[in-house]
Formats: sequence, structure tokens, C-alpha cells
Amino acid sequence: MSFDLNAPAPSAGDRPADWPHNHYLKDKQGLRSWLLTKDHKRIALLYLVSITIFFALGGLMALLIRIELLTPAGDLMEADTYNRVFTAHGVLMVFFFLIPGIPAVLGNFLVPLMIGAKDLAFPKLNLASWYIFNIAGLFGLWALLSGGVDTGWTFYTPFSTTFSNSYVVATVLAAFIAGFSSILTALNFVVTIHRMRAPGLTWFRLPLFIWSHYATSLIILLGTPVIAITVALVAIERIFQMGIFDPSLGGDPVLFQHLFWFYSHPAVYIMVLPAMGIISELIAAFARKRIFGYRFVAVASVSIAVLGFLVWGHHMFVSGQSVYAATIFSVLSMLVAIPSAVKVFNWTATLYDGAIVYEPPMYYALGFLGIFLIGGLTGVMLATLGINVHVHDTYFIVAHFHYVMVGGTIMAYLGGLHYWWPKITGRLYPAFWSRLAAIAVFVGFNLTFFPQFIVGYLGMPRRYWAYPDEFQVLNVLSSAGATVLGIGYVIPLIYFVWSMRYGQRASANPWDAIGLEWETSSPPPTENFLVMPTVSAEPYDFAGRERARALEAAAKEAEVV
Amino acid sequence: MLEVSLFPESASSFSGEVDLLFFAWTGISIFFSLLITGLILYFFVRFKSPYKGATGTPEHASWPLEVTWSVIPLLIALAMFAWGTKVFFRIARPPADAVEYFVTAKQWMWKIQHPTGNREINALHVPVGVPIKLTMTSEDVIHSFFVPAFRTKMDVLPGRYTSLWFTATKPGKFHLFCAEYCGSEHSLMGGWVYAMEPAEYEGWLAGRGPAQRPAESGQKLFAELACDTCHRGDQSQRGPGLEGLFGREVQLASGRTVIADETYLRESIVSPGTKMVAGYAPLMPTYQGQLNEEQLNQLVAYIKSLTTTTADTQDHPPTEPESEP
Repeated sequence: MSFDLNAPAPSAGDRPADWPHNHYLKDKQGLRSWLLTKDHKRIALLYLVSITIFFALGGLMALLIRIELLTPAGDLMEADTYNRVFTAHGVLMVFFFLIPGIPAVLGNFLVPLMIGAKDLAFPKLNLASWYIFNIAGLFGLWALLSGGVDTGWTFYTPFSTTFSNSYVVATVLAAFIAGFSSILTALNFVVTIHRMRAPGLTWFRLPLFIWSHYATSLIILLGTPVIAITVALVAIERIFQMGIFDPSLGGDPVLFQHLFWFYSHPAVYIMVLPAMGIISELIAAFARKRIFGYRFVAVASVSIAVLGFLVWGHHMFVSGQSVYAATIFSVLSMLVAIPSAVKVFNWTATLYDGAIVYEPPMYYALGFLGIFLIGGLTGVMLATLGINVHVHDTYFIVAHFHYVMVGGTIMAYLGGLHYWWPKITGRLYPAFWSRLAAIAVFVGFNLTFFPQFIVGYLGMPRRYWAYPDEFQVLNVLSSAGATVLGIGYVIPLIYFVWSMRYGQRASANPWDAIGLEWETSSPPPTENFLVMPTVSAEPYDFAGRERARALEAAAKEAEVV
Repeated sequence: MLEVSLFPESASSFSGEVDLLFFAWTGISIFFSLLITGLILYFFVRFKSPYKGATGTPEHASWPLEVTWSVIPLLIALAMFAWGTKVFFRIARPPADAVEYFVTAKQWMWKIQHPTGNREINALHVPVGVPIKLTMTSEDVIHSFFVPAFRTKMDVLPGRYTSLWFTATKPGKFHLFCAEYCGSEHSLMGGWVYAMEPAEYEGWLAGRGPAQRPAESGQKLFAELACDTCHRGDQSQRGPGLEGLFGREVQLASGRTVIADETYLRESIVSPGTKMVAGYAPLMPTYQGQLNEEQLNQLVAYIKSLTTTTADTQDHPPTEPESEP
């Protein structure tokens, strides 16, 4: 990266010289200027509002689930209500929070800034994607409010097509529409990253956040059409009674599972690859070091994207597929763990001989590493056939995918928000509260989900509204943890909103980090950069910057003498 | 009074193997978790920035390190894959001498038929020490037969048969759960597996009263439905002969061949046109919707018995036919 030699190393309380400058938040005012904006930064904020609402709704559903499971008997709500609640939790969190979350908010904001572009390649498509996303969300909410859907977010057939008496068609339509918004965002990223990089910004000088978003975009472009077709087939069989999946109509129920997981397994990498990208940025910035094995980490993202398409059958080890198919999917699933392990080892090695600063975003990065480690290790356990048969469809699986998707993705998302918040809003947030929130999320998360590994191995199946008495203690622990976790999520919401008005003003580069996004003012001007940046160095070249600063200091001294 | 348990009972011939595999993985996981979190925490303290504006020592890629930490996890994963697959094949493949029970799942109950023809609902009594094979199908949606103490489960699908086997190793009462979400009362679709000493089991069976073995019911049904009008077993027959059919390779009109397993026999009754046998005209009417899963299973059991009538009779002395309830 290039850096401005004239910029002094900022210190705490440093007031940027050009504040208040003209920036994207001030540029035009009024609701209309937001709803018709083509600025990727404003669209990112629109997305932030939308997905925060969906996250809050999904979280509310989780709260209801945890209250119901406090006691073995199904006593808070009816079984049918519970089934609708956990389905709503899954659909909202997966399709309307985890999949769009990091790419649509942080990716949207940062991809052009990190590569020195003025905007994404197709600003109007970008705005369209937000509208499509909200239309999908409204469909989903409409289905929810009219009575909900009780199929689980996986829509397994023939339950979803023939037997369920709930709003299946409206819900799958919501997922279908949401897919188009994902595709538009991914297309925008791929074209932008290929065509609009600043002069000198070669592929191996790209920040790892960009690499991970590139890999994610490829998965979205290749996978999303398959889920769209799959849910469309569900709707067709349900409406027209055409035999596709229901054996009594001549269909094949397992075919649905193949089609569904062909997308929905890679969807996990849609959630976790951008998270890994954030972690790479945080670790480099706060260890003051280039990421160890940068190229390996970059290539690992792409290998995860490719291998991710070859492992869907590991969701179906007990579905009646052939034992030989199961064997092949098992070994391929083991392989996909290797690039993830390589990333973890490289992040750890990056810390070695670093100059680590304990800023709040780094707390989230640490939390991510701890949680992702357990999520990943239990993942390879699950890929082991002999274990999978016992724990498939139990709380062991529930715990595992929450470790990866919640502990991994949300931890990184929060870390990313904390890291780039000064850039996004031009304001700082209270450090004490943000450290406290990171600790609350970490402790609450582990307390919620670790007991579920144990209760899962004991044999408690997932999606149970009532359960035998001997599982109660572990479920109560889980519910207690969820309370702490909930508090951990609410604290940042409060101080982020507070900081927008009362937070201390942030300088262009409050963390003293390296990256093109830190070379423009905070918040950036609408066109991102007043002068087109050029890049002449490796990414995260802290050592190079230190040398340059030393030279400059020496030159100044010489001048004085 | 709160009951707390942290580890499930182990009561099948392979549950110990599954646990051993699980403990091995848990050990490996704990080792790597401690190693990595230990290193991270140590580096955090050891390499804390000494002064404001300090930078880390530039450390670029190291091929030997990258190869080491790719290959070691890969080798561990492959070894565990091989071990896990070995255990899986043991779980997935019933031994040839397993005694066959028939399970029909429907929203929201388990209907079980013993080889003697005795029926029970949401309960399965089995003798300890005898390999039991469950042939399972569903009348509606997908269910999953799960007995945690036996460390095995298998999805139960509509329109085809799947199977699950185990040998109970100790007497006791073990949870039976439905593990695949199946609608409103999914969490109540369970029951108990009662493993009993063989003598006790025989006593229990005797107490249940007389029943008709599935193959015998099937033979009666075969005659009632007049299947033998065409499947007569002589030269002029309009339908293929069924003697010795089970387990044989069948040449289809489409040019493909299939093995005549339970699922194929069932499919050929409910949807005869799907896999026409070479040399026969599509004359047979469909029985879709006219026979329930138990009747279909009886017919299948009868056709299977046409291969091994004598052996079958020796295994299970026929009991007096019971009057249909």
C-alpha cells in the first residue's frame, strides 16, 4: 500500500485538521437523497438498518425458543407455535442476516474504498439489490405475520410440499427473491474487483478482505440460482401437485435434499469467508504486521469456495444415500477443513513477533479465533462417518453450526463494525463498553452453545419442543447463556447509536492502520478519494511505513539543524 | 429432583466403537485447541506493543511451515476418516443373520411388527444379543429412527425402504426418538426400546397372544388380490414368475438391470410401469393407494419367502394365525 508520508502518526484525541469536511453523510440531505442514492456507502448503511431489524427479529425468536426450552414440558407455547418460531428464527437469520450481512454492509462500504475506486461498477444495480432485499424481507414478514411457516428453514420435502398447513409458498418466495439481491451484489463485487482496482493494486496486493469477498461472490453467483430453482420447484409441487419430490406423486424426496444442500452448504462459506476476511484485516492492523503467509491465506479463500461445492452430501449421511457416496463426501469434507486450518495457523503466526495493541476490535478477533476453532474442530468430527450417524440431527449439530455461523460470522461482523465504525460515521465509540460487550458476547455465546454439544451427544434431537427430564440442566445453562449473549448484542447497539451524535470525532486513520480506506477522510467524501490513489507496496506493509516515517523524521531533524 | 447426565448409556454392539472414535477426536480437538489458544494468548502477552507506533517484525511466508501445518492436519483427518468409515460400514451394513422387524412411521407414531407378526406402537421389545434388522418405511413424510443408547439412526422415507440394525448388549429401557423434523408433534414421536434377556423376550412374545407372520399374511393377500392370475409360475404366465426372484438381477425392458431388493419389489407393486421387466407387456394395474404400507410389506415378505421358505420356517416356528383385528 502507499501511504501519505506527510500524515503524522495520530495520537489519542487527535482532531482531524479538515473536520468538518464535506463527506458522504452530509453531501445531500433528506429522505429522498437516501432512498435514491447510488453511493455504495449510503447503500451499505441502508443495508445496515435492514439487516439489523431482521437480526433483532431473529434474535427475538431465539429468545422465545430459549424460554420454551427452560422446562422439559412444552408449556410456554403450543407445539405448532414453537415450530413456527424456530422456523422463523432460521429463515430470518440465514436468509436475511447471515448471508447478506457482511457482504452487503461492510463489503458494500469497503470494497470500493479498499481498492481505490469511486464506487461499485453498477451503482444502480446496487441500490436495486437493496430494494429487492427489502421486498423479499416484507414477503417473509408477511408470511410470518399471517401465521408463519412450520417446515424449518430447510423446507424438507414432502413435508413442505404436501403436508404442512402453513405459508410455505410465501416463505420460499421470500428466499427466492432475496437470492436476486445476493446475485446483484456478488456480480457488482466481481466486476468491480476485476476492473476498478487503483493503479498498482495487483491481485497479490489486495487486502485479504477483498480476496474473501471475491471468493464469496463466486459462490453466490454459482450457487444462488440452484437454491432459487429448488425453492421454485417446492412451490410448483405445492401449488400444482406436480410430482417432483413427493413419492406419492411419483417424486423423490431425497432429490430435494441434494438440490437444497448443493447451495446451502456453500452458503455457510458465504457467511464465513467474509468473516475470515475481516479477521485477517483486524489481526494485521492490531499486530502491526503483514499477515503471515499472505498468499496462502488468499488462496485458501478460493480453495474453500471451490471445495465447498463438493461436500453437500455430508448433510445426508443417514438419508438413505449409498454408503459409497457417503464415504466420498466424508473425505471431501475433511479436505475442506485444511484451508480453514491453514488460515488459523497463519493468523496465529502473524501474532508472533507482532507489536500487538489491545484495541476493542481485536477483542472480537480473539473471540472469533477461540470460537471458530471449536466450530471447525467439531466440523471435522462431524465429517467422520462413524460419529455423524449418532449426532446427526441432534443438538450437537445445532451447537456446531452456531459456533461457525453465530460465533464465527457474528463475532467477525461485530469486530468489523467496531473497526470501521470511525470510518463509516466519523465517530468513535466508548472503548470500555465495547470491550465489555466483546467479553459478554464471548462468554454468553460459549455458555449458550457449549452445553448443546453435550446434550446433543446425549441424544437430544433438534427441533424438539418438549424433551425428557434428564436434558433439563444443560438446557437451562443454555438459556442462561443466551441472556448474557443477548445483553452482549444490545450494548453495542446502544453505544453505536449514541456515538453517531455524541461520539468523539475520528481522524482519517484512528487505528494507525494501513489500507486505502484509511487514506481518505473519516467519513469519506462521496467520491471516496479526492486524489486517485496509487499503490506501490505490499498490503499491510507496516515495516515499510515505519522506515518511511523514520526517514522523514531524520529529514526534519536535519532541516532543523 | 433434577436428573443430570453428561454421557449417554452405551448399549449396542457398536456403541463402544462410536464412543472410542468420539473420544479420540475429542482428545485431538482438545490438544489443538489448547495448543492454538495457548500460543495466541502467549503471543498476546509476549508481543504486546512496547511503545506507541511500534511495528511488528516483517515475517513473510515460510514454505516449510505452511507445508507442515497443511500436511499434519491432513494426515490426521485422513486417518480419522479411515477409522470413521470403518465404524460406519459396521453400523450401515446389517449382518446376514439379523432378524428382521418391520417399522412403519407415520405422523406421529412408530408402528412395529415383529417377525412373528406381533405388533406394537411406540415401543420395540428386542432380545439382547441377537442382531436385529429394522426394515423401515414411512406413510407420509420423512422421519428418522434414533436410539441414542445404540448410537445409530436412519431416516425413514416414504416410498422406499431403509434399514437400520443393532445388537443390544444389555437389558434395559432406552429412548427412541424421531430425529427428522416431521411436523406438529415431532418432539412427541418417540417411545422406548426394551432390550430383554432372550428367555424373557420369548415370554413377553407368548404373552402377546398368537399372530400371523408377515409372509403368511402376504400369501393370503396374494391370493385375495388374485395376483396368481398372472404371476403363476408356469410357462404361459402373463406376469414374471416370483420364485427365487428376491436378490436376483432383473433384466428390464429399458435395457437396464436392477437387483430385486425390497424397494424394487414394493415399487413394482405400487407403480408397475416404472421398471418393466423385459419381455412382458404393461398389463398390471397400479396398487398405489389401495394397499397400506403394512400390506405392501406383507406381500414383499411373501415374495421374499418364495426363495427361502424352508430356512425361514425353521428360524421361526409358525404360530397359530390370529383373526384380523
